[in-house]
Amino acid sequence: MKRSIIPGAVLAFVLAFFYAPMVVLVVNSFNASRFGGEWKGFTWSWYEKLMEGRDAREIWGALTTSLQIAVLAAVGAMVLGTLAALALHWFRGKLQRAHGVLLTVPLVMPDILMGISLLLFFVALGVETGFFTIWVAHVTFCTSYVTMVVLARLQDFDHTLLDAARDLGAGRWQVARRVLVPLLFPGILAGGLLAFTLSIDDYVITFFVQGAGTTTLPLRIYSMMKISRNMPVINALSTLLLAVTFVAVGFSFWLARRNSSSAR
Amino acid sequence: MSGTSRSRTGEVLLTLPSFGWMLVCFFIPALIVLYLSFKPADSMGGVGEGWTLAHWSALVEEQYRPILWRTLWLSTATSCICVLLAVPCSLVLARLQGAWRHVLLLLVVIPFWTNFLIRIFAWKSLLHPEGFLSSTLRSAGLLSEDAQLLYNSGSVLLVMVYTQLPFAILPLYAAAEKFDFSLLEAARDLGASARRAIWSVFVPGVSRGIATAFLSTFVCTLGMYVVPDIVGGTDTEMLGNRIAQRVRTDRNLPLAAALSGAMLGMVALMFLAQALVKRLLTAPEGGSPYVLSVSSSGAAGNEK
Repeated sequence: MKRSIIPGAVLAFVLAFFYAPMVVLVVNSFNASRFGGEWKGFTWSWYEKLMEGRDAREIWGALTTSLQIAVLAAVGAMVLGTLAALALHWFRGKLQRAHGVLLTVPLVMPDILMGISLLLFFVALGVETGFFTIWVAHVTFCTSYVTMVVLARLQDFDHTLLDAARDLGAGRWQVARRVLVPLLFPGILAGGLLAFTLSIDDYVITFFVQGAGTTTLPLRIYSMMKISRNMPVINALSTLLLAVTFVAVGFSFWLARRNSSSAR
Repeated sequence: MSGTSRSRTGEVLLTLPSFGWMLVCFFIPALIVLYLSFKPADSMGGVGEGWTLAHWSALVEEQYRPILWRTLWLSTATSCICVLLAVPCSLVLARLQGAWRHVLLLLVVIPFWTNFLIRIFAWKSLLHPEGFLSSTLRSAGLLSEDAQLLYNSGSVLLVMVYTQLPFAILPLYAAAEKFDFSLLEAARDLGASARRAIWSVFVPGVSRGIATAFLSTFVCTLGMYVVPDIVGGTDTEMLGNRIAQRVRTDRNLPLAAALSGAMLGMVALMFLAQALVKRLLTAPEGGSPYVLSVSSSGAAGNEK
């Protein structure tokens, strides 16, 4: 049957639209020209500047801070999100309805509102902004996502396994530790990975709750973009981060496909 | 459920950590925003004594009204363009079989996971006056010497569509995946043209996906300030830019709170409108109330 060619053409256009700027960015990171209007020969010099230039120490320091916050935020969100998902899944009633609202509203709140409300909160409490406040903010917005991921996994969870363990004499704590958590762990881990990515990517909320002396990688990139005239160095940094993203997404996709095909 | 404790204390102990955390770090801060928007600012960057409505009345005055309108129309335009592009994409993706589907889906997902700032920066260097696009257009005679591709509302709209499009495609794809494509074939058998079949069978069939896609892009763009800040000019500022300025530049927290309150109101109105439309269009359905289709996309990439 003859199908319209328009949808296919739109998809092709959209994919070209997605990747054209990234391709130009990558090409320009090797371009000797400062602005990339024309090709002036191949160079590694922007990458060298990234490794030992004036910006280098600040960038790698910011990356370390980002990684620390992302790991700690993911751990916090995994604990809170898993408990929340279990509560929402097992219980019904007024308390859980309020609980559910508290966890879903952050998903549909513009980031900037969350950022400013947390800033005003820290100011009201007199807490000095810095590493700790960034961590608190990241746990807050990541918990909702982890909850949703674990909740989705719980819907496919075979609850008779818990009953069986109880029938065989396991205590409540034993059931949780030996049966529930191990079986649910892939879901919890998936939530944690999502939290890690969200945390390491966040600029807006971090912008509001940052303090002097604590800079994350997105904050650093942003100030480089705004102030620095060193565009090619940002091209080089972006290319490196793009490469990391491609490898990570490709790997997780491959892993998911392998799991789903071995399950069949 | 029978094997697990359903006791009241069990529920409270399990609920307490996340409930307490979100209450303290999400709900109370939101109340503080509303509270502070009625307080006067003092010149030291702090909060003064007494109460005032001055910040709220400033919103409808000459200074802020154009910004409110611009924010609304830029968000609406971005969401409409995103949905218009995402509908055909989701149709093709959901119809593909086997390896191609995985590959193309992967290609759609990668920008979704790519750092938001880098995607904006890629456009900034592409549209830069001395960048690739400008110099090509100029040598082709399509762009005059003093014309700019950057720092106007066109560039803001373009880059906002670019950053939000994956968030529109993914929920629409999720809806299209569940769509029964034999209905399209049936419409064709009954004599509908391909375009007609898509418009009057596929589009209504994925209307929930369209609503989710529209809403999540709308909410994300409403709070946008990074894009206008980087590729926009002084006449393309959005509400988010003003909030950021009031906080970081001139430290007027009560005014920033009132601007945030206005944004919160727009988001709430949007959800109200969506709930009304949903109630009018569809019969109530079952299913867990907490698993939103937004959760797979949501704010994940908006400005994070």
